[in-house]
Amino acid sequence: MKILVPVKQIAALDEDFELLDDGTGVDPDYLDYELNEWDDYSYEEALRIMEANDGENVEVVPVTVGPEEADDALRRCLAKGGERGIRVWDDAIEGSDPSAIARILAKVIEREQPDVVFAGTLSSDHAFAQTGMNIAAVLGWPHAAVVNHLELNPGDTKATVHRELEGGLEEKMTIDLPAVLAIQLGINEPRYASLRGIKQAKRKEIEVLSHVDIGLADDDVGVAGSLSRVRRMVMPEKGQAEIIEGTSAEKAARLTEIIKELQGVA
Amino acid sequence: MSGLLVISEHRQGELTPASLECITAARRLKTEKNQSLMVAVLASDPDQYSAQLNLDGVDEIIRINTPEDEFQVDTHEAAIGALISERQPTVILVPHSVDAWSYAPVIAMRGNYGFATDVFGISYEGDELVATRAAYAEKIHMELDFPNKNTVLLTVRGNTFKPAEGSGNAEMTDFDLPEFEMHTQHVEFIEPEAGGDVDITQAEYMLSIGRGIAAEDNVEEFLELADSMGFTVGCSRPIADSGWLPKSRQVGQSGKTVADCNVYIAMGISGSVQHMAGMKHVPNIIAVNKDPEASIFSIARYGVVADLFEIADELRNNFA
Repeated sequence: MKILVPVKQIAALDEDFELLDDGTGVDPDYLDYELNEWDDYSYEEALRIMEANDGENVEVVPVTVGPEEADDALRRCLAKGGERGIRVWDDAIEGSDPSAIARILAKVIEREQPDVVFAGTLSSDHAFAQTGMNIAAVLGWPHAAVVNHLELNPGDTKATVHRELEGGLEEKMTIDLPAVLAIQLGINEPRYASLRGIKQAKRKEIEVLSHVDIGLADDDVGVAGSLSRVRRMVMPEKGQAEIIEGTSAEKAARLTEIIKELQGVA
Repeated sequence: MSGLLVISEHRQGELTPASLECITAARRLKTEKNQSLMVAVLASDPDQYSAQLNLDGVDEIIRINTPEDEFQVDTHEAAIGALISERQPTVILVPHSVDAWSYAPVIAMRGNYGFATDVFGISYEGDELVATRAAYAEKIHMELDFPNKNTVLLTVRGNTFKPAEGSGNAEMTDFDLPEFEMHTQHVEFIEPEAGGDVDITQAEYMLSIGRGIAAEDNVEEFLELADSMGFTVGCSRPIADSGWLPKSRQVGQSGKTVADCNVYIAMGISGSVQHMAGMKHVPNIIAVNKDPEASIFSIARYGVVADLFEIADELRNNFA
């Protein structure tokens, strides 16, 4: 059994970030990169299935779309398990929206022929929450989003999943395999990588492919291959919050007054 | 290529408010571009919902009879996909709900439609549709456009538009479900575990803790502090996911909405859109966070930029 896990190196903002002058994005000097939080959970879920089956018969492969720095995201995964990763990138991919990224990932999936794909429900930077289901659309595979419980064993033709709905409600359902599942936070408790694992991951193989290598044309990727385009990014207007200033004691004293007044006990 | 289409949504026999909010959003576009407004409803008995959708501005209600009443992803994709192909609307609005997270990206991808999720601003600049959504934990707004797309599908953020009201004069029509294959099977709904020790939906005063409290050992001091203040303790998702507080204490989209809350103190909660969905209506929100850019400040009435443990220590003395 093979489980393919698309992961993303996400950008987090520094405290004092600035936008690019042309308004198309954030000045990269103010970005820190890390593995998307959701992908930590989807990768963990794959590792658990691998370990529950002795690791002999189950292969877990992380794949990402991104420039060389995105190798970090793959190695963070490989530090916890798995033997190889795949990264797709070239200049034409720049400007791709999640749908174009999904088209790339779908091609990798066609090459790798996994039995199931675990995507993160969303990424914490742009939060589109669409890539996993876009992949399923390209492949024509069954799919479920916001999965917070999974029962799946090698050789199964169906998986049982819970979808986390609004207000604490869940839906239990079965889904035919192969399938793309978008995994939600809280489905498991991701492990920390061991120092030994981190060291070993540095030597694990990362296959680097271009969009041409996987059989895509130039206009399948980038802005041409996308369903949306970023027109500009803007800073939202600041809220109307009254910011309470002073030392911690002064701030707390003022807060106490406000709270007591609101409680009608002042 | 004409018309606006809203896909309504219901859960366990009730239309969701988000469906009516989408109608309001569509009605604004209708006014601007003079297009007809269609609302589709998929259900085992669409007439259970169709009358409630007959609201001011709706021109047509399209009833799609489905084998099951609850959401079924394959049914939705087949029916809505076929409906869009036949009617060729310019804009399709659906709630940004967990159900839509499953089907909307698939329909958009298959149809090669313009697509954006979690949209809270929709306008035309000339003839060009522009959708606004947030990124980077709400700290930045991104405006998207859809070059060369005649049809654009948008999922609309909840609580952005007021639910549509006023009685309408819509024509009722029917659309037949096309042939399709089912790859998923609904088994059952699992209701949230009953309240646990408290029902936060009825609390008037809430003190909620988030990632900022850093460690499970710190939970107890906030329980004690809240108790001395006469507040009920709630939390954001990471605290419940870690098992530091029961899920019944979680505020937000996948947790509870604090419907009766009057004062909400958010300590160490940066304010994800999912969390804010459960509390942004509260009239008196007090945010304590060390990050001055935390998005929780954008909806707070009072803000304190500080180390939350220092503030908690002081409050403990003040409420002793």
